[in-house]
Amino acid sequence: MSGQDPLLSVAGIEVMYGRLALVLRGLTLSVPKGGIVALLGANGAGKTTTMKAIANLLRSERGEVTKGAIHYDGARIDGLDPSDLARRGLSLVMEGRHAFPTLSVEDNLKVGAYSRSDGAVAQSLERVYSIFPRLKERRNQPAGLLSGGEQQMCVIGRALMARPRMILLDEPSMGLAPLLVEEIFSIMQQLNAEAGVTFLLAEQNAAVALRYATYGYLVEGGRVVREGPARALAADPEIRASYLGLDASAEADEASLAARRRPRWLS
Amino acid sequence: MFYRDAGALKTSYAQEQAIFPVALDRWAVMALVAVGALVVPFVAGPYWLGSILLPCLILSLAAIGLNILTGYAGQLSLGSGAFMAVGAYAAVNLVIRLPGLPFPVSFVLAGMVAGAVGLAFGLLSLRIRGFYVAVATLAAQFLIEWICTHIPWLVLNTPSGVVSTPTLFLFGFGFSSVPSRYLVAFVTVVALAVVAKNLIRSSAGRALMAVRDHETAAELTGVDTTRAKLTAFAVSGFYCGVAGALWAFLYLGNVEIEAFSLHRSFQILFMVIIGGLGSILGSFLGAAFIVLLPVAIANAATLFGEALKPDVLANLELMIFGALIVAFLIIEPNGLARLAVKAKERLRRWPLPY
Repeated sequence: MSGQDPLLSVAGIEVMYGRLALVLRGLTLSVPKGGIVALLGANGAGKTTTMKAIANLLRSERGEVTKGAIHYDGARIDGLDPSDLARRGLSLVMEGRHAFPTLSVEDNLKVGAYSRSDGAVAQSLERVYSIFPRLKERRNQPAGLLSGGEQQMCVIGRALMARPRMILLDEPSMGLAPLLVEEIFSIMQQLNAEAGVTFLLAEQNAAVALRYATYGYLVEGGRVVREGPARALAADPEIRASYLGLDASAEADEASLAARRRPRWLS
Repeated sequence: MFYRDAGALKTSYAQEQAIFPVALDRWAVMALVAVGALVVPFVAGPYWLGSILLPCLILSLAAIGLNILTGYAGQLSLGSGAFMAVGAYAAVNLVIRLPGLPFPVSFVLAGMVAGAVGLAFGLLSLRIRGFYVAVATLAAQFLIEWICTHIPWLVLNTPSGVVSTPTLFLFGFGFSSVPSRYLVAFVTVVALAVVAKNLIRSSAGRALMAVRDHETAAELTGVDTTRAKLTAFAVSGFYCGVAGALWAFLYLGNVEIEAFSLHRSFQILFMVIIGGLGSILGSFLGAAFIVLLPVAIANAATLFGEALKPDVLANLELMIFGALIVAFLIIEPNGLARLAVKAKERLRRWPLPY
């Protein structure tokens, strides 16, 4: 992207699991300050691995970044503890809604403020409650008893409690009703516009993601195969056919399938 | 009707977060503490005071210690008996070798020694998870038992390996009578229970529970999981250590390793499981259950008089004990504390439930 300095840049990283499976093959992307960047791709394309590589969560799965570098806010962050990253204002919301099930919603949110010592936690709590009024209603319930959408709100709210400058959102729409997905995405857009929070978003649901994002990367087989402003991507006939399920005329389908079947090492 | 939260208007977060939000609870607990301190020691006989309430209180303290580690931080431990032993051996050495030290200071230091040993074994838990942590603490149990029996210096070179504990003195007063020993245990346990309750409600306590609920998510949220786990091991070691010191000085009157065997570790683990994982109240209920039930069974058996031979009775006791534990866990898998919470919920709506 041009003009702005990136808040997060991932330069040609390779990730290997257990020294056997090469999952990312030189993936490069950058996220500008104040942007909403979408990472699109099919199952197994490497979206979640990219997220985990940024947050340095691969160790517990015997994965490692074997090549390339990750910079956040001008400093290299590969090798830093996830809790260090949270302190630097980079939060990852993992896929699958990992609220702390036995803690109350309010305690979940308070854990989010663990790394802060400024004494303004009560204000942040009020702010999160004003963004997600539903959480306030349920603040004394164990988070494990909330519905899926409410848990997703709880987890996003928890990330906000650390007052992050950047949030990595992994599959926020997974298993949620379409209306709720719109609600969560519009809250993301609102946070971006009002508080200047930068977002990197991994999403299967390309149609919605491209509507809210400013820029998009298409990941396939562990590398970026397409990138561009979100509107341009959404208008691209091949992407429309194979990711958005639109323009499903037989030829377009056939062409895109053939394109996708072509081994990448030939291109 | 009387037990209600209607009419109790909360106008601040501090009020909402009070330990006992219902006024009646607050008064009941204060009354219980007052009765326990001011009435019980003068009314109860030496048998109840010295053989039932005293061990019950001390084991409650050990159960709180284990509950912080296993119930709140989610690290299963089979070494609580060994950490009690460390506390007991440290206390007897401090009290006898440094006679100038007031005994509360010695006991706190003994607890800190046990906490340090807990911390050392906690370091292992940083690399392993789940059942493997339990195995590491089991190793602690065997290792510490071995050390306590093989280093004569630790038992002040007593040939039998059993050290009699001296009477504790504070400001010239000797704590040798049963009521005075009970009071020392009572004050210690109540004070440490209040500390534990507040620790759990603090940011450090929430960090422990976050690690238990989902370690990776806790780390991503900014919780220093290393620190949280080590805190749990150290605090748990401290509580078990103080309990061990009390057990040796106030209850047994000597220090010997038999009192802190693997059997003790399991007994405390049962207390925590039956009482309720992740509940301070549960630690007390569990300890009372495990200590009182055999007494109750034995007393009930005397109703049958001579019909039961002593050897049959001994086995029958164990069988009934086991069956009751299983029964309670089927009725309420989350422990006695959960039953208490449910009863309270029902009481709030009495006499007009909906």
